[in-house]
Amino acid sequence: MALNGVQLKVARGEVHALLGENGAGKSTLMKILSGLVQKDGGEIYLDENQVEIKSPKAALDLGISMIHQELNPVRAMTVSENIFLGKEPCFRFTNVVNRRKQRELTRALFGEMDVSINPDKKMSDLLVAEMQLVEIVKAVSYNARIIIMDEPTSAITGREVEKLFAIIRSLKSKGIAIIYISHKMDEIFRISDTITVLRDGQYVETRPAKELDRDTLVKLMVGRKISELFPKVKSEKGEVAFEVEGLTKHGLFENISFKVRKGEVFGLAGLMGAGRTEVMETVFGLRRADAGKIKINGREVRLQSPAAAIRHRLALITEDRQMKGLNLKASVRDNITLSNLKSFSRFGQVLQFQRENQAADAEMEKLRIKARNRGQIVKTLSGGNQQKVVLAKWLLNNPEIIILDEPTRGIDIGAKAEIYKIIAQLAEQGRTIIMISSELEEIMGLCDRVVVLYHGKVSAEFGRHAFSQETIIKAAMGTN
Amino acid sequence: MELRSNAWQTTAAFFSKYGIYFAFVLLAGILAITSPPFRTLSNVENILQQVSVNGIIAMGMTLVIITAGIDLSVGSVLALSAVVATSFAHPDEHLLIVPVAIGILVGLACGTVNGVLIAKKRLAPFIVTLGMMTVARGVALVYTSGRPVINLSDPYNEIGGGSFADIPFPAMIFFAVILLGIFILHFTRFGRHVYAVGGNELAAKVSGVNTDRVLIGVYALTGALAGLAGIVLSSRIMSGPPATGVGYELDAIAAVVIGGTSLSGGVGSIAGTIVGVLIIGVMNNGLDLLNVSSYWQQIVKGVIIVLAVLLDKKAKQ
Repeated sequence: MALNGVQLKVARGEVHALLGENGAGKSTLMKILSGLVQKDGGEIYLDENQVEIKSPKAALDLGISMIHQELNPVRAMTVSENIFLGKEPCFRFTNVVNRRKQRELTRALFGEMDVSINPDKKMSDLLVAEMQLVEIVKAVSYNARIIIMDEPTSAITGREVEKLFAIIRSLKSKGIAIIYISHKMDEIFRISDTITVLRDGQYVETRPAKELDRDTLVKLMVGRKISELFPKVKSEKGEVAFEVEGLTKHGLFENISFKVRKGEVFGLAGLMGAGRTEVMETVFGLRRADAGKIKINGREVRLQSPAAAIRHRLALITEDRQMKGLNLKASVRDNITLSNLKSFSRFGQVLQFQRENQAADAEMEKLRIKARNRGQIVKTLSGGNQQKVVLAKWLLNNPEIIILDEPTRGIDIGAKAEIYKIIAQLAEQGRTIIMISSELEEIMGLCDRVVVLYHGKVSAEFGRHAFSQETIIKAAMGTN
Repeated sequence: MELRSNAWQTTAAFFSKYGIYFAFVLLAGILAITSPPFRTLSNVENILQQVSVNGIIAMGMTLVIITAGIDLSVGSVLALSAVVATSFAHPDEHLLIVPVAIGILVGLACGTVNGVLIAKKRLAPFIVTLGMMTVARGVALVYTSGRPVINLSDPYNEIGGGSFADIPFPAMIFFAVILLGIFILHFTRFGRHVYAVGGNELAAKVSGVNTDRVLIGVYALTGALAGLAGIVLSSRIMSGPPATGVGYELDAIAAVVIGGTSLSGGVGSIAGTIVGVLIIGVMNNGLDLLNVSSYWQQIVKGVIIVLAVLLDKKAKQ
């Protein structure tokens, strides 16, 4: 049972935030409202009329539209074609699409919401943030009265978030209700009027946002108090273990230099598209640099493939776990041992299942991965547990230098806290940690030092005592 | 209530996992009841011999499809290997090992070319193997001027025609290939990498898997097995016809898909493919024995393929 006896009351023109850890039942509830899943019991009322939502189409007809977390546009089609997909304006008495009208209607919608995207652009040419805006416009274009937004800011930052909030406010003023799902606390407090918390498929509480503060909210969500989300990292800082000198890849980043010591947690901050991920992928041998040096323990190394990087005891926990981190179709065990199979093979090829199973079980226990057993298919795990599987895979290699790219994206607070604890432990064991993150709290809570990138260049470097939310944001926007 | 729904779920899960095996048992059972000649020992031998060629190819095809690829060239590669091998198999010319080795090597070479183009040049497997399908067929026709290679040595003809303790040699070769396939796919690091590449190639690469080598290996292996199948076939019919093997790729793909291997990659098993091969083989044989015309056989075969996959999909939901 994913959901039990849950209630949700949304007023006209209000932003209603829905909170809960992964697996709390938010998605299931939203899937029921948008017609993707059928309820087993209970009632849904719209303007005091009881309604049945039997299909996504029925939901749209009732004025409920949903913006999914994973954007799924038809990439080969244009912006306006995507917006009017399934409801194309046609010439009268025909089935022939009136492209000009479609374009004009799109422009009108964009004008209303102050969006400036060319309606004729191919979807595949847009930035993720622009796709997000198109999705919102599309949701509004159904004459929606209730718009469900599932993690709408998971792929956008800074200015685009502001834009989104401006749009939300204008929707509000038109009497449209927004159900807003997010893990980002500061956003929730900024934008929402009312907050409903779910936990383990049960209704916990609904309260005006003004009456709540962070600690209370976390307590409601997790059901226990997290007095400290971020553990104190008590590590000895050792020699410089990892050094990048003048690393350049034309068009992506230029002249990037930094040093990281053993036992240090080093942060790489910046806006999306600043080149953080690209720098680290280059370091890990996934891209070829045009210039620059990489030194490990003072010795220059050439890392031309991930396999070479792994031999030098590097690990890369990628930003996008589903795209680059996991084989979702395979079992927990097969994922955990993938990059380390050689040590469980005789003659380098013949697998030794017993040893492999033991190692997988040990990692699952160490990282407290919640799965039925090592044979469970990874796709069926929650986001937090999937991320732990990625971590387990890399920790099994016993790496010295661990690069984490947005290690807590899209996972709930409980799982986040656990991941922070693991990172702290790794640093305390004398490993070198490099963490990319868009969440400033995370950078400030964990890192000893941070380098900020702006447009592919280093724009600032701060020690722990010197950084504040403000200085980092300024550096990330290039206004320092 | 709770208990019943659990029992139902367990049963459903059981069928979704083993449904295709039941389908095979059912099919064989029906044929055994309706057709007396079907249930004779000599017919079982006959079926084993008939399925062996498709079976050998389908083993390789299973690995290819698990990597989310496809190999359309196997039928033509089979023909090319057959004509080249038989041209070294005239009486009193070479030891038996010579045509056999050459046949397998020809297949291996074709497969390696496929693999290199797919892995290194990032071309779509469908296109590359479609090209190889045409080229290999053309080379086979050029090599023989379009005429079958005949006058083969007795030892060579024994491979496809002989038997030991009532078990035909082709069936034994098929069995050996099955064991090899199970070993490679389920018991080696390479096999695990095959699943990893098919499930998520990028993640496999990031994890340090040499994905190019895996892809080349898979296509090379499939080519070599097509070569072996060419030897078995040509020795059974005692000639090397350049026009043989047309459409064999589709039988192999059908067997793999019936066996539950997903065309989108990352999922599949050798055991499933064996059952797929047997279903197709038993169906062909049974319909022959029931005197169903070959025109009707095609219709029945097509319907059963789609039905099998449909049932499999239903069961998995």
